[in-house]
Amino acid sequence: MTIRGKAFIVGAYEHPKREIPDRTVPEIHAEVAKGALADAGLGLSDVDAYFCDGGAGFGPMTMADYLGLHCSYVDSTEIGGSSYVAHVGHAAAAIAAGKCRVALVTLAGRPRSARGGGRRGGGGGGENSPDGAFEGLWGSGGAVNAYALAARRHMYEYGTTSEQLAEVKVAASLHAQHNPNAFLQKPVTVAEVLDSPMISDPLHRMDCCVVTDGGGAVVVVSPEVARETGRRAAKVLGHGEAVKHTNNGRVDLTFTGAVWSGARAFEEAGVNHADIDYASIYDSFTITVVETLEDLGFCEKGQGGRFVSDGGLVAPDGRLPFNTDGGGLCNNHPTNRGGMTKVIEAVRQLRGEAHPAVQVPDCQIALAHGTGGSLATRMGSVTLILGQEDS
Amino acid sequence: MTATEDRSGALPAPAPFVSLETEEFWAATARGELLLPRCDRCGSFIWYPRRFCPDCGSQDVSWVRASGRGTVYSFTIVRRGPGPYGAASPFVLAYVELEEGPRVMTNVVGCDPEAVEVGMPVEVVFHDTGEGTALFRFRPAAG
Repeated sequence: MTIRGKAFIVGAYEHPKREIPDRTVPEIHAEVAKGALADAGLGLSDVDAYFCDGGAGFGPMTMADYLGLHCSYVDSTEIGGSSYVAHVGHAAAAIAAGKCRVALVTLAGRPRSARGGGRRGGGGGGENSPDGAFEGLWGSGGAVNAYALAARRHMYEYGTTSEQLAEVKVAASLHAQHNPNAFLQKPVTVAEVLDSPMISDPLHRMDCCVVTDGGGAVVVVSPEVARETGRRAAKVLGHGEAVKHTNNGRVDLTFTGAVWSGARAFEEAGVNHADIDYASIYDSFTITVVETLEDLGFCEKGQGGRFVSDGGLVAPDGRLPFNTDGGGLCNNHPTNRGGMTKVIEAVRQLRGEAHPAVQVPDCQIALAHGTGGSLATRMGSVTLILGQEDS
Repeated sequence: MTATEDRSGALPAPAPFVSLETEEFWAATARGELLLPRCDRCGSFIWYPRRFCPDCGSQDVSWVRASGRGTVYSFTIVRRGPGPYGAASPFVLAYVELEEGPRVMTNVVGCDPEAVEVGMPVEVVFHDTGEGTALFRFRPAAG
């Protein structure tokens, strides 16, 4: 596939001012966004892809929330002043690939005026984290406190129980016992999870992932190179992404962005849930897994607690074997970002290289899902569906 | 300061970062008023506060005073608070649904943490940061 002739720039806008003492950086992003869209004869609601650098809070996650965008594609490639050129190229590639139709790229900053631009208090981020002062001052720091809010509401609406959440940890621990590199290798029981110290109601210590150093990497290549290497490859069948945010105060803690990213990935891959032999599900906390499984469509909304019960996630015979490396709950959550290890274990399963005790027989199609940010405010959700190389 | 409240557990009151977009909001807290931005074009209340309406894209926004009443949407009892909250733990972190609609992150104070429930009616109180602003928190509604 080539991007030649597959994308066109239809709007452009340069902010007319050179000194802007009376606007915040997010406001300037908003002004130039509207300017370029107006030039194109489009509106904010037409935008389905957004590109910016990392300067505004968490980059596109923060700004999609601020601007009220609902995107199927985001990118914050940070390569200094050349970033925005790259963003145009990435946007064209994404459009050529059918990932999006209207990509907005913005740049904003105010180094001349920044010193007079606000008062830095004891907490809540700065001007470039416009949400910070309304979320960071009440002791929500530490991800577990925020995720606990989601767990509480899920329990309230759907009757999910602490025992059901514990089943997620138990399954991960049963897998981790076979991973000699796992941070926690000892199997645990539901009772042991419930007896572990309460950290932030209703989440116990064992509802939380491990904190580990480390990292990971994957190499993605063209079909030609893949053939040349002769190494067993996992074929990318589908991908979907989304940012779920606070939606102008209409916070709903009972679902995640997987509702959108999953649907997009399944559609692109052309497979259905029954085709998924193995799933790597982001497991920062046990509640993350329960909500994500529902949102990906493996069960009805609110039934995630039942889905994970009775060994539902345990390999190789559970209804959906998950996180056979032990996941973030037991194995590894390097630098507090678990997405890479989710992809790696899915590749192991497709290659038949997972530990024999947890290898899914004849694993043809695998799913890997990542969740960045917070279930309580805004998150990036990305779903990847991979298959055998001849799938 | 109005409607001051005992700190029930001596919760810290860290001062917020006040930006050009939030000066009016935070100035009002020092007067014991909870303001909400409201879009001049589509009428939506806006949260978190900013001079931009994420519902319609308008940058024409006015401030209106909220009733200060709401209900608990979700909550947690934090056993190990971050930073200055460490010494004040356990305390209640919550989302409160304001009468006007937005669900806002906050604390519930003025009662035993174990007594907090989803759906509980609450009313706003303000805790002085000592820097010309106050944190909005909520206590069980009177009567």
